[in-house]
Amino acid sequence: MNLPTGREAFEPRRPGSEDVAWCPGCGNFGIRNILISALAELGLRPSQVAIISGIGQAAKMPHYINANGYHTLHGRAIPIATGVKAANPELTVIAEGGDGDMYAEGGNHLLHAIRRNPDITVLIHDNQIYGLTKGQASPTTMVGMKTPTQPWGVFEEPFNPVALAIAMNASFVARTFMGYFRESVEIIKKAIQHRGLAIVDILHPCVSFNKVNTYAWYREHTYWMDDGPFDREAAFRRAIETDPLPLGIFYVNERPTFEESVPAYRKDKTPLWKRGPKLDLVEEFFESKRL
Amino acid sequence: MAEFKEDVSIVLGGAAGQGIQTVEGILTYALKRSGYHVYANKEYMSRVRGGINATEIMVSSRRVRAFVRRIDILVPFKQGVLSWVADRIGKNTVVLGERENVEEGFIEKVNLVEVPLTKLALETGSQLYLNTTAAGLIVGLFHGDFDAVEEYIRKRFGSKGENVVMKNIEAARKGYDLGVKLCEEKTIAVEVQKDEKVKDEVLLTGTEAVGIGALAGGMNFLSFYPMSPSTGVSTFAAQHAEEFEIVVEQVEDEISAINMALGAWFAGARAMVSTSGGGFALMSEAISLAGMAENPMVVHLAQRPGPATGLPTRTMQGDLNLVLYAGHGDFPRIILAPGSLEEAFYLTVEAFNLADKYQVPVIILTDQYFVDTYYNLPAPDVEKVKFERYIVEAKPGYRRYELTEDGISPRAVPGYGEEVVVANGNEHDEWGDITEDAELTRRMQEKRAIKKLETIKKNAPLPRLVGSENAEYLVVSWGSTLHAVEEALEQLGRDDVALLHFSWVYPLNPETKRLFEGKTVIAIENNITGQFADLLRKELGVEVQHKVLKYDGRPFSVEEVFDALKGVIE
Repeated sequence: MNLPTGREAFEPRRPGSEDVAWCPGCGNFGIRNILISALAELGLRPSQVAIISGIGQAAKMPHYINANGYHTLHGRAIPIATGVKAANPELTVIAEGGDGDMYAEGGNHLLHAIRRNPDITVLIHDNQIYGLTKGQASPTTMVGMKTPTQPWGVFEEPFNPVALAIAMNASFVARTFMGYFRESVEIIKKAIQHRGLAIVDILHPCVSFNKVNTYAWYREHTYWMDDGPFDREAAFRRAIETDPLPLGIFYVNERPTFEESVPAYRKDKTPLWKRGPKLDLVEEFFESKRL
Repeated sequence: MAEFKEDVSIVLGGAAGQGIQTVEGILTYALKRSGYHVYANKEYMSRVRGGINATEIMVSSRRVRAFVRRIDILVPFKQGVLSWVADRIGKNTVVLGERENVEEGFIEKVNLVEVPLTKLALETGSQLYLNTTAAGLIVGLFHGDFDAVEEYIRKRFGSKGENVVMKNIEAARKGYDLGVKLCEEKTIAVEVQKDEKVKDEVLLTGTEAVGIGALAGGMNFLSFYPMSPSTGVSTFAAQHAEEFEIVVEQVEDEISAINMALGAWFAGARAMVSTSGGGFALMSEAISLAGMAENPMVVHLAQRPGPATGLPTRTMQGDLNLVLYAGHGDFPRIILAPGSLEEAFYLTVEAFNLADKYQVPVIILTDQYFVDTYYNLPAPDVEKVKFERYIVEAKPGYRRYELTEDGISPRAVPGYGEEVVVANGNEHDEWGDITEDAELTRRMQEKRAIKKLETIKKNAPLPRLVGSENAEYLVVSWGSTLHAVEEALEQLGRDDVALLHFSWVYPLNPETKRLFEGKTVIAIENNITGQFADLLRKELGVEVQHKVLKYDGRPFSVEEVFDALKGVIE
């Protein structure tokens, strides 16, 4: 049996895979298209890619793309993706989730993943609202927005993932709006190609629960930075701009990755699944304990 | 003259920071090299300096592996030690030390043999050598091999420079000569036979037995967050990470630790986390994910008393219920609890094969007492180690959650084969995609929680019976209490009492039930409710007539088990 190639290869052929749980008009469809194009244009095959997601509408992505996938727990995609990459650095590993997944429930993991710098790509579907649980505020919801659970209006300062990541000297930091297809494909390709942790905050509307941040709103309240990436200070200055929100690659910082730093791969690049125990060393250990 | 024969129980106590562990290291090493059977255990307080830490060392003509309450020789390094162990001091106890380290109230009551340890240390150059001097003294009492003391000191202090090594050897020598002199003067007489075979045996701790077992089982990934008393295993792995070429990472919290390890297993690594009850509580969400996604996992849990922070540096078998029930929903798991260091090695190896085969969480339950226990044993046979892998290639049409009769779906890993592998923490179809189909949900639930569990049960080994099948009394123990119970039963020496020891704790093979038929069952557990006795009733319908429970954060001593059994039987 000849498996398809190119974009076609990433279209799932499993039974029931046409039954997509996203609302008609959802930004997640656009992100799926962008991701498939990026993977296909990089010449990757589905078996070389692993998409690890958390919980939420965005996190259903592994079911709608034909690639290795693990649909996990709320907020836990990043540590799981880190484990996958560390066990098999030959895989292209993508951690995917929404703004609640990555910035609320998984916030601590994001911080420490930036420090650890695994060579994975973190895609955050940022629609500034909780969709699957029906419209509560997320960490990126704008001040003043009223929701069923914040009827008095949100008063918390919104999370600024881009500024935070640059402040922590992250390896690759970008923001895009999924309404710009070609630009988004290029950014995600660069993020995947980047050696180290790449964070891409992807703005996208929630057509069911966020009536403020619509397709039109994002077009009006964003602009493309025609330069960049910048040095850290300049990147940070751009990152704290709020209206309009800058789009593009803010910051790139080459530093050793997690997998390059662990002793497991210093001499031997073989993925861990192909390795067995070093029983001669176990024997040596016991010898040392006889003395 | 104080005389000690066969077994000598020596306790050295001092403040944290006074080097009690160095003494333990020198003594176990040098005495084993001298041909004595040794056993050591320590107790310590949850603090960095001060308080009272104590180490017990048994030196014996025969194999000894359990904690005894009695103290034959007590070496106090500070005031307060005698009060701390007051209930273990008997009329035959010799206090070997300096008058100023013995509290006022004890001076008249105890058999004090004054030895000028501080003076000898100061002669060497500093009070810092007190611990090495004391270690030398004890080795001297046994006319032990002083070359072994020197060797140990070189190994331990070598990195600190030749001067430190020489000074410590000098201090140990002064202590050694004094020890020999005490025997020559007939102040103390020690009569313990040497056994040449011991010299060739290995000296291990519970921590090392688990750690090396994991490496022999092919562990190549360990993520952890430090927590007493489990940290030793992570430290062990980290210190061997270079030569074994493995991934060891200290992460931000226990949640991350276990999720990272799940990711590693998903991609085909053999991963482990090492933690204690509080850390495992945080991991229970991921344990549930492992259950649903059928993601293999190995957890080492070194128990300490809870609830919450409990007694961080002490011992209890109180987390059986936690590991039995952790995680929401129904799914199988395997719980192992080694009783001996040999078992800790072989069972830890086995844990990885079982996780790989059944694709369930496998939990190795130890406790503070067990991980901090040392003794000599014949080296485990590495040739007996079996590395069993169950990974298949993902060929076109591969289904991660294929419905099978025995409940076990072939597991492929990403990147091996052309087809993709989709794992899922949501209910799923055979391909791994989300489903809410009622019929499929039912079948998937049955596959995991019934079929797979039955397969594991059927293949679960039976507990170990020590003694006669026809004995009237059946003593039941699990995990770390094995040796204390074994030694107590030996002393009891009754044909009508047998021991049934469980190192494979859950799930139980249904065949186990017949071993209990017509018996009076006595369960011995280091917890307050008898968690394992409850499990026996729930799983097998076995009624435990007598429970011997200890829950003060301390391990069972041989004497306590002996007295309790005598109480029940007579």
